[in-house]
Amino acid sequence: MTSGLWELVLKGIWTTVQLLFFSSLVAGAVSFVVGVARTHRLWIVRFLAGFYTEVFRGTSALIMIFWVYFVLPLAFGWQLVPMWAGTLALGLTYGAYGSEIVRGALNSVDPAQKEGGIALSFTPWQRMRLILLPQAVPEMIPPFSNLLIELLKGTALVSVIGMGDLTFSANLVRLALQQSAEIYTYVLLIYFVIAFLLTRVMRGLEKKLKAGVGKAPQHGVGAHELKRAETTGVGGAVS
Amino acid sequence: MKWDWNAVGDFMPHFWDGVLVTLQALVLGSLISFALGLVWALLMRTPSRWVRWPVGVVTEFVRNTPLLVQLFFLFYVMPEWGLTMSALTTGVIGIGLHYSTYTMQVYRAGIEAVPAGQWEAATALNLPRLRTWQVVILPQAIRRVVPALGNYVIAMLKDTPLLMAITVLEMLGEARLFSQQHFQFTEPLTVIGVAFIVISYLASLLLRALERRLVH
Repeated sequence: MTSGLWELVLKGIWTTVQLLFFSSLVAGAVSFVVGVARTHRLWIVRFLAGFYTEVFRGTSALIMIFWVYFVLPLAFGWQLVPMWAGTLALGLTYGAYGSEIVRGALNSVDPAQKEGGIALSFTPWQRMRLILLPQAVPEMIPPFSNLLIELLKGTALVSVIGMGDLTFSANLVRLALQQSAEIYTYVLLIYFVIAFLLTRVMRGLEKKLKAGVGKAPQHGVGAHELKRAETTGVGGAVS
Repeated sequence: MKWDWNAVGDFMPHFWDGVLVTLQALVLGSLISFALGLVWALLMRTPSRWVRWPVGVVTEFVRNTPLLVQLFFLFYVMPEWGLTMSALTTGVIGIGLHYSTYTMQVYRAGIEAVPAGQWEAATALNLPRLRTWQVVILPQAIRRVVPALGNYVIAMLKDTPLLMAITVLEMLGEARLFSQQHFQFTEPLTVIGVAFIVISYLASLLLRALERRLVH
């Protein structure tokens, strides 16, 4: 591989990292808004949030990307640049998975904590901000860490609509060199390294947040990995 | 927004072709992932670390890298190494291999959930090791994990559109082909989007029913 081709790959890595960053911000915002809405006291809010989750978890991320990129411009006249089409599609899809994590963590806070807040006549917003979230957020970190890896893997999908991410650059290198073993091996390794770094960062974050509420992080790989089943599945079939 | 029902009608025959290929890929991919996942899970329980360590590293690697790139790898690199397979076969192997690294975790949790007393009883009855696995441990472990495996079948369903990237004409592939031939993007893509939501919702209902039957 020549240095020119490596430059292409580096550009691809940069695009992938940018896309990962933006879409994880969107996904994070969506998960909190929808997840909190699913514990709202009005049934219509709960219903709408649940509907959103079912629809966006029910469809495939790749179809979502195609839809945002090809149908949205025709239907509504918005032409999104590929970066934002990818960010939007990935953020909305993975946000739906994330909302389940948020809902689960909020529900798993000891009910006595909420009742304590009511007894102290906190407003619902104060209860959420001062009592529920500080205890729920540290619990969310391990499943969010898994979801972040899934999102990283999801970013590869944007190469299909012609966005120049790491996977796309690999295709270009394959066409240039007429051989694929070397470049695809490198690309897989690069994705693996990014995923490894992300899990390290998230683990550090978990430790910090749990120390804040006086808990030690739990580190059985078993419990850690099992949570992933809940984030990739659909319809809350396994509880 | 223009919606053309004629385009939907024209697309329908292609849609059913696509559904058929999607389901084929899904069934075969699931079977591979169930079988291979069990193999990984059993290998991870062998006493020798020279087996556990490589299996652990390889499965971790496969789990943390994108399925799309793995599919490209299989599709472009395997022929260079002299192993030519059809696109669908490549896709099925890719999906099966990728998800076997997930099902492996499910099996492991199931095996670990079998009470220690069962192992002790098998030892007390002087059952050979193979027999212990066959008639005591695995039947109990697998029964517990069926719902979780079902979840991964739904996840696999949602990853079958990736096969389009390696030229398999499954639902998304058919939709894209139709769109490019007729310059109608809205209808085919929306039809398959809705179809996916319906199929995965039905599948999750089915799974809940199955789970209730197995648990009680």
